[in-house]
Amino acid sequence: MNAMTNDPVLTVRGLKVAFETNDGLVEAVRGIDLDVHRGETVAIVGESGSGKSQSMMAAMGLLASNGRASGQALYRGQDLVGMRERDLNRIRGDKITMIFQEPMTSLDPLYRIGRQLAEPMIHHRGLSRREAREKGIALLERVGIPDPQRRIDSYPHELSGGQRQRVMIAMALANDPDLLIADEPTTALDVTVQAQILTLLADLQRERGMAIVFITHDLGIVRRFASRVYVMRRGEVVESGATREVFANPSHPYTRMLIDAEPAGAKEPPPAGAPLALTGENVRVSFDIGGGFLKGPSVALRAVDDVTVRVREGETIGIVGESGSGKSTLGRALLRLLPSEGRVVFMGRDISMADKAAMRPLRKELQLVFQDPFGSLSPRMTVGQIVTEGLLVHEPGISGRERDRRAVEALREVDLDPAMRNRYPHEFSGGQRQRIAIARAVILKPRVVVLDEPTSALDRSVQKQIVELLRDIQSRYGLAYLFISHDLAVVRAMSDHVVVMKTGRVVEEGPTAAIFDRPASEYTKSLMHAAFSQEDFHVEAMRVAQGG
Amino acid sequence: MLGFVLRRLAGAIPTIFIVVTLAYFMIRAAPGGPFDLERPLDPLIMENLNAAFNLDKPLWQQYLLYLGNLLQGDFGPSFTRRDFSVADLFAVGLPVSVTLGGLALLLALVVGASLGVLAALRQNKGADYAVVGIATFGITIPNFVVAPILSLLFGVWMGWLPAGGWGTPAHMVLPVVTLALPQIAIIARLTRGATIEALRSNHVRTARAYGLPTRVVVITHTLRAAILPVVSYLGPAAAALLTGSVVVETIFGIPGIGRYFVQGALARDYTLVMGTVVVIAIFVVIFNLLVDIAYALLDPRVRYER
Repeated sequence: MNAMTNDPVLTVRGLKVAFETNDGLVEAVRGIDLDVHRGETVAIVGESGSGKSQSMMAAMGLLASNGRASGQALYRGQDLVGMRERDLNRIRGDKITMIFQEPMTSLDPLYRIGRQLAEPMIHHRGLSRREAREKGIALLERVGIPDPQRRIDSYPHELSGGQRQRVMIAMALANDPDLLIADEPTTALDVTVQAQILTLLADLQRERGMAIVFITHDLGIVRRFASRVYVMRRGEVVESGATREVFANPSHPYTRMLIDAEPAGAKEPPPAGAPLALTGENVRVSFDIGGGFLKGPSVALRAVDDVTVRVREGETIGIVGESGSGKSTLGRALLRLLPSEGRVVFMGRDISMADKAAMRPLRKELQLVFQDPFGSLSPRMTVGQIVTEGLLVHEPGISGRERDRRAVEALREVDLDPAMRNRYPHEFSGGQRQRIAIARAVILKPRVVVLDEPTSALDRSVQKQIVELLRDIQSRYGLAYLFISHDLAVVRAMSDHVVVMKTGRVVEEGPTAAIFDRPASEYTKSLMHAAFSQEDFHVEAMRVAQGG
Repeated sequence: MLGFVLRRLAGAIPTIFIVVTLAYFMIRAAPGGPFDLERPLDPLIMENLNAAFNLDKPLWQQYLLYLGNLLQGDFGPSFTRRDFSVADLFAVGLPVSVTLGGLALLLALVVGASLGVLAALRQNKGADYAVVGIATFGITIPNFVVAPILSLLFGVWMGWLPAGGWGTPAHMVLPVVTLALPQIAIIARLTRGATIEALRSNHVRTARAYGLPTRVVVITHTLRAAILPVVSYLGPAAAALLTGSVVVETIFGIPGIGRYFVQGALARDYTLVMGTVVVIAIFVVIFNLLVDIAYALLDPRVRYER
């Protein structure tokens, strides 16, 4: 895509990063080599803990205080590693800029964006406040912030995540850098916003000819964005080369595994005539926002607006939507964990009006697995206690020995070593914790399980295993799943039927194959395009620029 | 902003009313009365005294009378200091306590915040350990130990400063330092923690990634966020300091109002106790309001929620 020149912007040789921890020195990056030439896009791809971010943080002098870097990171011949802060400050923010994974917190919440945008221009280029403001407005306009004259005086919290990331991009462009390091810049954003940001970056790169280092775990982005790729694993570069070649002929088994880790396959349909497990008819949920004593009238926000969902035994309904679409709220309303209007029927019994006491015996049958495998397990209980806690409530009669036997059984069911049941959650990885959360639900032999983004916090290769585990348990017990996710690839691999939601309403629904192959609504089409398009972002950027 | 202040002041009235009511019935529930001396008074004199102070009326009537007087700004006469009204006592004592507390607060803020920031910037180094150590020490040693030691050391043995009394600036040094010491310790610890947290935040990382000089990173992007928890601590702390300290005022012989609360309660001087309660409640309300205003000025996210 970009003309390769022999003009290196960043040359990394034998870069090592280690962190001093209570358990001794932990090596995060173990001596990597990397080259970035003028105007090219290089991706560093790897799963969490591969050292892909820390290698760039080391080059920028941004390691945490317990981090140590050694080796070389040369910017046009000057070694950034071990450079004095004052000299480093002449390069970063001017010649090399960076955007981060966390658009919500990367800007200072206490200052207007105009001021933050201006600071690097004033500091590096000696612009006056007024000049910097003028340039800031132009930059905001360029990155697609509407009404930049007014928006430049906004505080970060008045902007959405996508807009904040655009502001960061404007800040990164302000001094026309030679190199932009983008550390997972779209991971925290919704898919359609992701696509917009990537198209914008591709467009800006074409226009300004800066080099981009793109740090990501998303191979789809690498394929569409980068001309060359470095694959990192456990602090080492295991494979590198032109993106097309690496994807066509991966030479390292790890690269092959990453490429294969896209969730695949489809779910077996449930047996014909399987009875309905859970039905929600015309479900509505509203929240009061604002209001309160001496604060004026409150406003009702319709989080879920007139949604009907039916799930049969052994069936999975995928509920898809971006943040704020009401999909999680719907899941909680169907389990009667939130006050809602409309009819909810579980196994032929109307539970719309059931109070807490009436719901308690049914809770065993209606389980929930959450997105965050770190926050949803009590850190002070052993895995065995966590998994069997529900039994204490629902089957108080059984003995301690029997409970332990069930725990062993449930952990085997989710492919965990039952010997680990006396350990605490912090000793487990994200994927293992999600297995524990699933075991906690499955041990009660539920009929309906709401899975709220159960794979979103996990690496792709782990996601694939969890998807297979969930499908496996479902076919064994004929469970009904409500699978809530923004990740279309996972939804396709899990669901029989898909419901697409936007701002509390159902936009479109139908059998999985039909929705994915022939989406009817514009919104679903845009979601599909953002998630599955193979088109190069540079091509797309050009098309957008030409108004196509 | 003005509307917010007025709403908050209006909201404080019920709070103060509840405080006054609870305090009134609690002190009256305590056994004994203001005229129960060691040698019992002649019953006739007792009767006259009770009648003079309306103590012969039913309690609810006395309560309503007190409320009515309070609404007119009348705190009533002191029961034990016969020649003075409660308002007279406060007119003399409150400025003394406010001066003493205000100076201590200022000293604590300046020294405590500086030490805290210094410790945070040198985290896990010598200066940090020293500040944390001194702060822990400062919080643990009670002021009834510090006050006599300082008085003895600088007042009696060295003779540099007056060991007690009130009047000249020299008189203020020891009591101000005594009052400030634990506050310095608390503020230093708070500032240290908040600064460390702010230094680790993503937006500080952004500021560093954009090559801003350390001075700008620390002063602009760290300290404003770090001062927020200190500000919320300052509200109640200021209310407590400005309304006087029993211990410090007693040991250094300072004519503030801090003593009245304890002396009044022990002597069942109902009006004096109630007066102190009202003054403290008003200070607490005012300083919490000031904290909220300061918060809104410092943090735009709070400003827009109102």
